[in-house]
Amino acid sequence: MDKSEKKTTRRDFLFTTSYTVGAVGLGAVIWPLIDQMNPDKAQKALATTEVDISQIEPGKSITVLWRGKPVFLKRRTQEEILEARSVSLDDLPHPEKDEERVKNGKDEWLVMLGVCTHLGCVPLSNKGDYKGWFCPCHGSHYDVSGRIRKGPAPKNMEIPKYEFVDANTIKIG
Amino acid sequence: MSEQEYVPKSKAGKWFNDRLPLLSLASHLTDYPTPKNLNYWWTFGGILTFCLLTQIITGIVLAMHYVAHADLAFASVEHIMRDVNYGWLIRYIHSNGASMFFLAVYIHIFRSLFYGSYKSPREIIWIIGLMIYLLMMAAAFMGYVLPWGQMSFWGATVITNLFSAIPLVGDSITTWLWGAYSVDNPTLTRFFSLHYLIPFLILGLVVLHIWALHVPGNNNPVGIDIKKPSKDTVPFHPYITIKDAFALLLFMIIFAGFVFFAPNVLGHSDNYIQANPMVTPAHIVPEWYLLPFYAILRSVPDKLGGVILMFGAIFILFVLPWLDTSKVRSAVFRPIYRQFFWILIVDVLVLGYVGAMPAEGIYLVLARVGTVYYFLHFLVILPVVGYLEKTEPVPLSISEPVLSGSADYSMAKKDNEKI
Repeated sequence: MDKSEKKTTRRDFLFTTSYTVGAVGLGAVIWPLIDQMNPDKAQKALATTEVDISQIEPGKSITVLWRGKPVFLKRRTQEEILEARSVSLDDLPHPEKDEERVKNGKDEWLVMLGVCTHLGCVPLSNKGDYKGWFCPCHGSHYDVSGRIRKGPAPKNMEIPKYEFVDANTIKIG
Repeated sequence: MSEQEYVPKSKAGKWFNDRLPLLSLASHLTDYPTPKNLNYWWTFGGILTFCLLTQIITGIVLAMHYVAHADLAFASVEHIMRDVNYGWLIRYIHSNGASMFFLAVYIHIFRSLFYGSYKSPREIIWIIGLMIYLLMMAAAFMGYVLPWGQMSFWGATVITNLFSAIPLVGDSITTWLWGAYSVDNPTLTRFFSLHYLIPFLILGLVVLHIWALHVPGNNNPVGIDIKKPSKDTVPFHPYITIKDAFALLLFMIIFAGFVFFAPNVLGHSDNYIQANPMVTPAHIVPEWYLLPFYAILRSVPDKLGGVILMFGAIFILFVLPWLDTSKVRSAVFRPIYRQFFWILIVDVLVLGYVGAMPAEGIYLVLARVGTVYYFLHFLVILPVVGYLEKTEPVPLSISEPVLSGSADYSMAKKDNEKI
């Protein structure tokens, strides 16, 4: 090979185009192999659940399964709502007002994923230092609004997308 | 590999060996010159090979009867226990085999730490060994999920949620791992597939591990380089094979003790309750062999920080050959390192103990102290001790006894520098 000649040759062009086409082809083959592991159509089809809430007394809660995860539906008492709203945002690791976590005018209903934001365990209700929920796995304490107060969890328990279909029915998802 | 060329005696053997030198390989493995002072801590390589083969054989049998489906898995495991001929035996060997595998691998790893087997020129052996260890943990974790009991389900939930700590893409990765919006049937089926795959990956790495070992040859209790073959070595067969076989026999007695007399003592009774996504057991713990890392995870009050430290505790071992600055391999001649070695053992045992306890009060304090010390050992103590420590005289060969007196000491020093 003549080293002094640095001109781009026909061979360089063929190498570059071959590598490029090869890389695109490889990517096109790898992507289906990766994406097949994402949730399939059957999983996505289970994306909504309707719940009858007419039987829930104030202060009580029920747990339903939505997308394989427990959802807490809690009908809170006035004292609990007042308590949740009296907390200063400065005391919260993940500041969120209680009003932002419930539907306007439906303040007594707290609908949230019963999944600890640390590592995914189901917290126990009416436990912990803040009378809300306590996660037994790694000791996270949540308040009556499901907001993280103490422990390793980084965020408040998640509020899923939901709506009131009528006065007695909630549709989650 | 410096043995002279092997020539099969028979004509057929020669014909075959010229085309595929398997007989040469067998000859290399039989004659392989091994340090004559290897003690019983060196028998765990053979024991680990036995463990791997036991898991593969019992695993293949279990897969003939197991059903990887969220609705059927739990019942199919009970079917194995009650209906399948000798199913109870095979499953108990497999489940306790995992524990015995880890027991042996921890002894093997600490052997390497004590005698400096990870040091030059054996870094690649060490790194391949760590890759095997990582795959073992992955296989053990996924295998523990398959019976679809409460501990299976919630262990899987907690471990997969570790990935959700990754900034930005964490949640997408977790969903991708699950194949659902929580640990569910798609998670179980892929774990089964991977659980079946990993042992064969380990087998491949074991071949590389032994190949890399056979380049410099075994380290030994005095940790010096030796001539091979010489009066310091013995052929692998029959000297080492018989010693390994005897140690394996003792190991199998302990193994059988667990299988027949205490098959569930290392497990958790909650795993005999079928998985329920609505209820987390009051106290979830991983299997005993993962407890020290679990303690490190829980000792950090921050989610991402805990995950980073937990994985860091394993990955720090990959750079261990470069963190240890001492040129002397064996702790036998390292009076200061020797003491820190035992403190590390105690530290890891304490971490294991607090990993099994609730993360509160004194246990949390102990976990934090233990975690700090663990990293201190590798990041500060090892490099510093290597520089400051006055090592004891190292013998010139295995056969030559170390004589007291200054004359030998000067020679020993010279050898010391050579290593």
